[in-house]
Amino acid sequence: MALLEVKNIKKSFGSTQVLHDISFDLNKGEAISIIGSSGSGKTTLLRCLNFLERPDAGTITVDGKLLFDASDKNKFSEEEIRKRRLHFGLVFQNFNLFPQYTALENVMLAPKLLNEGDDAELKANAEKLLDQMGLSDRMGNYPHQLSGGQQQRVAIARALALHPDVLCFDEPTSALDPELTGEVLKVIRELAENKTTMIIVTHEMAFARDVADRVIFMDGGVIVEQGDAREVINNPKEERTRQFLSSYSKK
Amino acid sequence: MFVEVTLSLLKGFLSTVELFALTLLFALPLGLLIGLGEKSKIKVISLPLKFIIWVIRGTPLMLQLLLIFYGPGILFGYNVWGGNSLGRFVAALVAFVINYSCYFAEIYRGGIQSIPVGQYEAGEVLGMTHSQIFRKVVLLQVIKKIVPPMSNEIITLVKDTSLARVISSYEIIWAGESFIKSAGIIWPLFYTGVFYLVFSGLLTLLFNYIEKRLSYFR
Repeated sequence: MALLEVKNIKKSFGSTQVLHDISFDLNKGEAISIIGSSGSGKTTLLRCLNFLERPDAGTITVDGKLLFDASDKNKFSEEEIRKRRLHFGLVFQNFNLFPQYTALENVMLAPKLLNEGDDAELKANAEKLLDQMGLSDRMGNYPHQLSGGQQQRVAIARALALHPDVLCFDEPTSALDPELTGEVLKVIRELAENKTTMIIVTHEMAFARDVADRVIFMDGGVIVEQGDAREVINNPKEERTRQFLSSYSKK
Repeated sequence: MFVEVTLSLLKGFLSTVELFALTLLFALPLGLLIGLGEKSKIKVISLPLKFIIWVIRGTPLMLQLLLIFYGPGILFGYNVWGGNSLGRFVAALVAFVINYSCYFAEIYRGGIQSIPVGQYEAGEVLGMTHSQIFRKVVLLQVIKKIVPPMSNEIITLVKDTSLARVISSYEIIWAGESFIKSAGIIWPLFYTGVFYLVFSGLLTLLFNYIEKRLSYFR
């Protein structure tokens, strides 16, 4: 059984329908890339999974547990939503680190507030994660003292610190200089090698092809094509996918 | 003579500082409430507050002082403040608190709105409660943002306290002025400026210190 099952998700903002009937599965240890042009609904989909937006229709199931069902009109308490969203982690395009905390404190803050262990334990775990991100010499630095690539790696460590079942990336390298993109892609690649379950919204086609197990191509709020990453990117079946990919290879 | 004047002015200045400190004590929290209320989605709360802020910021503080002191007497034929000096002081305090709350409210509102929505969302996806997000993520960033405009406003308050003179509430300008009648000298009135200068100078140092303490992050 798939770890994550997303079924028939629909979402409109006012009269604009952003997601039309989105369904997909994700297995444990699998990395999936979502590609598509801006405005295709990729980010909204991630935001729905992380409970930052509430879908108008559809269900989200993790590990056999129904986390969200739009037809259930009962309003969940804030407490309940918080518990449920912890199945997911989210890495933002703009990092969104907390500026008044060091790299280490950024990673430790949420586990500390959630009482996930004593300080020494949380610190050791945070240090391990930052080390894994190649930031062992940057732990005491504040976000403004770090490059964009370093900030994004702190943000990844921060998301990992809560042990999410599914880690989502919303265009993690779009706000970075091309030179800094590589270091962030490298750590995501390592996470994939370690079988971290991930959904990666990205514009880096080569990266999606090489790192993701599967690729979903979205356009106009629908999934146009999905399948094996190499297959979709090297030999797309749909005309729309071909158009999109060729506009990329021209660049 | 100089010592005598200085002592007398110090006494007046004590009243000035009292008015200043009590105004801050009440207006800082009240301003936060007004600022939050103004942002409220409930129109019954936000619209009247917006109206009040418009009136208070749109009219002279001196006029507000006079209205608050004389208004009740004119309307009800009864002076709610009493005739003594304490009554005048309280009337002045009420006017200052209302006026400064409205200015502070706008500063708080600006500070809160300047925090990017991504900070709240980052806190949310990390499973923090709304109150944790406010206390642990947003608050210090808001404070850092509002220190410069707040210090400006607070230093203005030091000098605005002199307006209490118009309703004959005792403060340093009055103390200085009284030497014109009693001793026929005007220099004590101008000497009061030194007290304002020293006090606002100390406040400037304090605010610079706070700004510096908060400069470790951006």
